[in-house]
Amino acid sequence: MSEWFTLLISTLDATLRVSTPLLFAGLAGLYSERAGVVDIGLEGKMLVGAFAAAAIAHLTGVVWLGLIAAIIVSVLFSLLHGFASITHRGNQVVSGVAINILASGLTMVLGLAWFHQGGSTPSLTNNERFTAIQLPFAESMQTVPYIGPLYSDMLSGHNILVYLAFALVPLTWWVFYRTRFGLRLRAVGENPKAVDTAGISVATLRYQAVIIAGVLCGFAGAYLSTAQNAQFIRDMTAGQGFMALAALIFANWRPWPVLFACLLFGFLDAVAVRLQGVSLPHIGTVPVQLIESLPYILTVILLAGFLGKSRPPKADGIPYVKER
Amino acid sequence: MTAQHSKYALELRGITKRFGRVLANDHIDLQIKAGDVHGIIGENGAGKSTLMSIIYGFYEADSGEMLIQGQPMSIRNSQQAIAAGIGMVHQHFMLVDNFTALENIMLGAEGGARLKQSAEQARASLNELAKTYGLEVPLDTPVDQLSLGVQQRIEILKALYRKARILILDEPTGVLTPQEADDLFRILATLKADGVTILLITHKLREIMAITDCVSVMRHGKMVAHRVTAQTSMPELAELMVGRKVRQHVERKAQPAGAALLEVTNLSVTDASGVRRVKNVSFTIGAGEIVGLAGVSGNGQSELLQALSGIIRFQAGEVRLGDTTITPKRSKNPAQLRRLGLAHVPEDRHRMGLVLPFQAYQSQILGYQREARYNATITLKDKVMADEYAQRAETFDIRPRDPHLQSSNFSGGNQQKIVLAREIFADPQVLLIGQPTRGVDIGAIEFIHQHIMDMRNAGKAILLVSVELEEIMTLSDRIIVMCDGMITGELSHDEANEKNLGLLMANAGAKEASA
Repeated sequence: MSEWFTLLISTLDATLRVSTPLLFAGLAGLYSERAGVVDIGLEGKMLVGAFAAAAIAHLTGVVWLGLIAAIIVSVLFSLLHGFASITHRGNQVVSGVAINILASGLTMVLGLAWFHQGGSTPSLTNNERFTAIQLPFAESMQTVPYIGPLYSDMLSGHNILVYLAFALVPLTWWVFYRTRFGLRLRAVGENPKAVDTAGISVATLRYQAVIIAGVLCGFAGAYLSTAQNAQFIRDMTAGQGFMALAALIFANWRPWPVLFACLLFGFLDAVAVRLQGVSLPHIGTVPVQLIESLPYILTVILLAGFLGKSRPPKADGIPYVKER
Repeated sequence: MTAQHSKYALELRGITKRFGRVLANDHIDLQIKAGDVHGIIGENGAGKSTLMSIIYGFYEADSGEMLIQGQPMSIRNSQQAIAAGIGMVHQHFMLVDNFTALENIMLGAEGGARLKQSAEQARASLNELAKTYGLEVPLDTPVDQLSLGVQQRIEILKALYRKARILILDEPTGVLTPQEADDLFRILATLKADGVTILLITHKLREIMAITDCVSVMRHGKMVAHRVTAQTSMPELAELMVGRKVRQHVERKAQPAGAALLEVTNLSVTDASGVRRVKNVSFTIGAGEIVGLAGVSGNGQSELLQALSGIIRFQAGEVRLGDTTITPKRSKNPAQLRRLGLAHVPEDRHRMGLVLPFQAYQSQILGYQREARYNATITLKDKVMADEYAQRAETFDIRPRDPHLQSSNFSGGNQQKIVLAREIFADPQVLLIGQPTRGVDIGAIEFIHQHIMDMRNAGKAILLVSVELEEIMTLSDRIIVMCDGMITGELSHDEANEKNLGLLMANAGAKEASA
C-alpha cells in the first residue's frame, strides 16, 4: 500500500479527533442560535467544562463523574447567559464575552489554588480518561486492502465521545425537523412574537435551548481534558469555541452542514499539524499559521457573500421584548 | 356553547392599562353581543390595539374585569385566551416566514411530541375548515412566497383551528386590494352565519358602515360612544373619533398640467438579492400636477421612490429632472438631487425622515445642513435654525411649538409635519411624497392634504405614493398603478374608482389574458 494512502488515513483519523470538540460546540451553538440566542460564550463554557472534568476525574478517579461535573458547570454558565440575555434582555454578545473572560480567569485562579501546578490539573491516568475503543472486527479487517485501514485505523479506535458527537448530528436533525420541540425552537429564533401569540412561552423555550447548549459544551470540554488530553491546561480551548462558531455560520445554521464545516475545519487543522516544518516540492515550507487561519478566512469570504448567501435565524441576537 | 348564560360573548368592565406615564386604556367598558360583527374605531394611538392585546392576553390589564360568554375570566397569557375561544388576526401577521402554512397553523397546537401524526390530523381538519368557510390556502408553501391576502387567511385558519368563537381582526384590510378586502368580508359573513362573534378594529369608516352591526368609538384611551351601525353615519363617527367636526375634502381647482418636470423612462431596479423590484417603468409628471402611485404595498413602489430620490441606485433606464439626465452610469446622490430641485418626503419617517433623538429644530434641517445660512465657520448656527423652525412650526401648526423637544416626542402627525415643512420650505420643483398620512390622525390629514394641494397649485410636479386609495383618489390628477414592479395602468382623476383601481392593483387584466 502506498505511503500516501497511509498518510491520508492517518490525517483523516486525526481529523475525526480534532473535529469532535468543534462538533459538540458547533451543535451547542446551533441549538442556542436557532432559538435566537447568540452564543459567543461557547469557548468559555468549554473551558470551564474541561477544567471541571479534569479536576473531578482526578479527585474521584472516575471519568464519568468528571463528565457529569463538566456538564453541570457548563450548564450553570449557560444559565448565567440565559439570565442576562433572556430574563433581563441584555446584549447577548456582551454577556457571551463576559462568560469567556470569567471562564478564563476562574479556571486559572481555581487551578492555581487547588492544584499548584501553574494553572494545570495533575495528569490523569488512563483509568481516569476516556480511552480508545475498538469497533467489532477491527482486528480482522486490518488486512483487507484499502477498506481495512479505512475501518480499522480511521473509524475504529476512538473514544466513546467521538462516536457520540457524530451520532448527535442525525439526532439533532430529527429533533429540529421531526418534533414539536424542534418546530417551536426554529420558530422562536425566527419570529418570537408568533410563538408568543400562539400561547407558548418564549423565555421557557429559549432557556431550554440554552441549557442544551450548556450540556453539549460540557461534553466538548470533557473531551478536551479527559479524552484528547490527560489534564487541564490553562486556556486549553485555544479559540476552538470561536472556530465552532465560525463553522456554525459557515454551515448557515443547519445540522448536516455543521458536521461538514466542522470536518473541513478539523481537516485543515490536521493538515496544518502534518505540514509543520515539512518542505513540499516546488512550494517550500508552508507557513502553518496560514493553514490554521483558513477556517476564519473561509468564513469571512462566506459572510461577504462570495459563497452563497448567509441566512441567520431572523431573531438571532435580538432580546424578546413584549411590552412596548 | 354557553351562549344561553349571557347574550354577550364578551364583556369588559373598567379595563385600565398604563404604560409608564401614558394611560393607554382608561376604564373601558364594552359589551359585545354573541354573533355580532362589532366594530371598534379610533385614531392611531387611541388605545384600540392595546385593548385588543389585553383581551388576547398579550398584555395584562392593571385593573378591570373581563367576562366571556357571561363567565368572569382572568386572562394572563395568549394560551388562556385561546383556551377561552378567542382568536386574533394581528395587524402585522404573526407568521414565521420560512415555515409552511401548515407549520404555522400547527405551531403551539401540535397535539403531540412527534410532528408526523399531528401534521396529518391538522391537514385533515384544515381541509374541512377550508371547505366550510371558503378559506383555501396552499398548505405546503413557505408563507413568505404567498401574497398578504393568503397570509391573512392563514391567520384566520390559525384561529379557527384553535376553535375560536370570538375572532378579533386588527386593521385587517390595510394590506389588501379592494377585491381581497371584499373576499375577506365574505369570509367574515360566513363566520358570522356560523355564530362566530367578530371584533373588527379599523380606522376606515367605510368598512364599519359596510359590515358591522354595532360600533364603539375610542378616543385618547377612553371609550367615548357606542352606536348601532344602522343608526349612525360616517360624519358622526368621524366627529366622535376626532372630537370635533372634520372637513373631509380638499378643494381642487381645474388646472392643466404644464411642461414635464420629471420624466422617467424604462426604469428598472434590482435589489441586493438580485430580484427585479421595478421593471421598465416609464411616466412623466408635469408642472402643477399630482401623479398618484397606487398599489398594494410591496409591489415596487417603495423601491421606485427610493431610486428616484437617489437613496438606492437604479440599474437601467433614465430619469430626466428638468435639464439634467440621470442614468445608472451618471447617478446622483440625494444631496445632488436636492440641489437640482428635487425634494423627498420618505415613506418611513422614523427611519429616513427624522433622527428621532434629535431636537425638532435639528431634525428640521436634515439634508439641508450644508446650506450657508445654517453654517458658521465650523459650527452650526443654532439660533438661526431655531428661529427658522419657530416660523415653520407656526405656518404648519406643529405642536408643541418647542424647537428643543426631541423629535421622538412628537405625535405621528406632527412628526410628519416637521418633515413636510422641511421639504416644502426648500421650494423644490419636484416633490416625491411617500405615505404622507400613514399613522397620522384625521385632523392632521386634512391639513397635510391641503399643503400638498397648495404645492400643486403653485406649479410643482408631485409624485404621491400611498397605500390609502382614498388619499390617492382625492389628491391625484392622474393615477398610475403598480403591480409586481410593473405599471399595470393609468387612470385620470375622473375615471378612477375603487373597483377599476383594485383590478389594476391585482393586475387582473393580465392574469385573465394569460389564462
